[in-house]
Amino acid sequence: MANFSPFSAAIGGALIGLSAVLLMLLTGRLAGISGILAGCLGFEMGDKSWRIAFMAGLVLAPLISGAFGHTVPMPEMPANWSTIVAAGLLVGFGTRLGSGCTSGHGICGIARISARSITATAIFMTAAIAIVALTRHVFAG
Amino acid sequence: MPVIAALFCGLIFGFGLLVSGMMQPTKVLGFLDIFGAWDPSLAVVMMAALAVCVPGFALAKRRERPILAMQSTWPTRTDIDGSLIIGATMFGVGWGLVGLCPGPALENLATLSPPVIAFVAAMAAGMLLHHIGQKRRTSFRDRGKLATAADG
Repeated sequence: MANFSPFSAAIGGALIGLSAVLLMLLTGRLAGISGILAGCLGFEMGDKSWRIAFMAGLVLAPLISGAFGHTVPMPEMPANWSTIVAAGLLVGFGTRLGSGCTSGHGICGIARISARSITATAIFMTAAIAIVALTRHVFAG
Repeated sequence: MPVIAALFCGLIFGFGLLVSGMMQPTKVLGFLDIFGAWDPSLAVVMMAALAVCVPGFALAKRRERPILAMQSTWPTRTDIDGSLIIGATMFGVGWGLVGLCPGPALENLATLSPPVIAFVAAMAAGMLLHHIGQKRRTSFRDRGKLATAADG
């Protein structure tokens, strides 16, 4: 249980939930990030403006935090560029084929008690846990 | 107005990811590493988000329409098909390789980290590949339809 941070996790999670609820209450849209990005890129029907605005807010948050003296740490990424590109391709293609990611299925879908989202979340969690087990414990180099 | 509301919601979502620590891929990998030094934080993030979303969505569903729009766009599909299963598996593999899902990946663009920019570019390319594949399939199907129409 190293690095467990339940308080910040709970506050952060509640904010994510609040964002999804407000987006639905105010605009009638679902806060699924992969769908919002696909819409910005023109791969989804309908209005682009709210999607671009949501993404702008998402990217602005760490910049605002930085302006107030809370600089966001650099993300620690794998050294291997081919791993990064392969993972990005899989996440992009997979979230479109499976119609959602951690936000759309994992949070919004489970909150709606959608069998599709519960199934998708169980599958992507299991796959991710299996890959981490393989890379860290079986083929650890 | 809906655009300003979406910007505001994006900001709150961003602050949520930031506060929760989920912008850091190693933190996410710590959750996925159940056979190592397991960090359950991500489970707490999801549970807290659900604790807000379950009653919040129930409230939203009871309203006739959203405050700033004509209608709500709730997902309607209920079938569990091959695409859902294969897509979720592919996403899970990619997520486990790096520790980034779409939200934190996009938000981390703010750090201008070159590997994150490469990841997001690859993610967009993956979405484009899916889009092209889908367009091909529909045009093939439509061609089939036209042929049958002509045959009739």
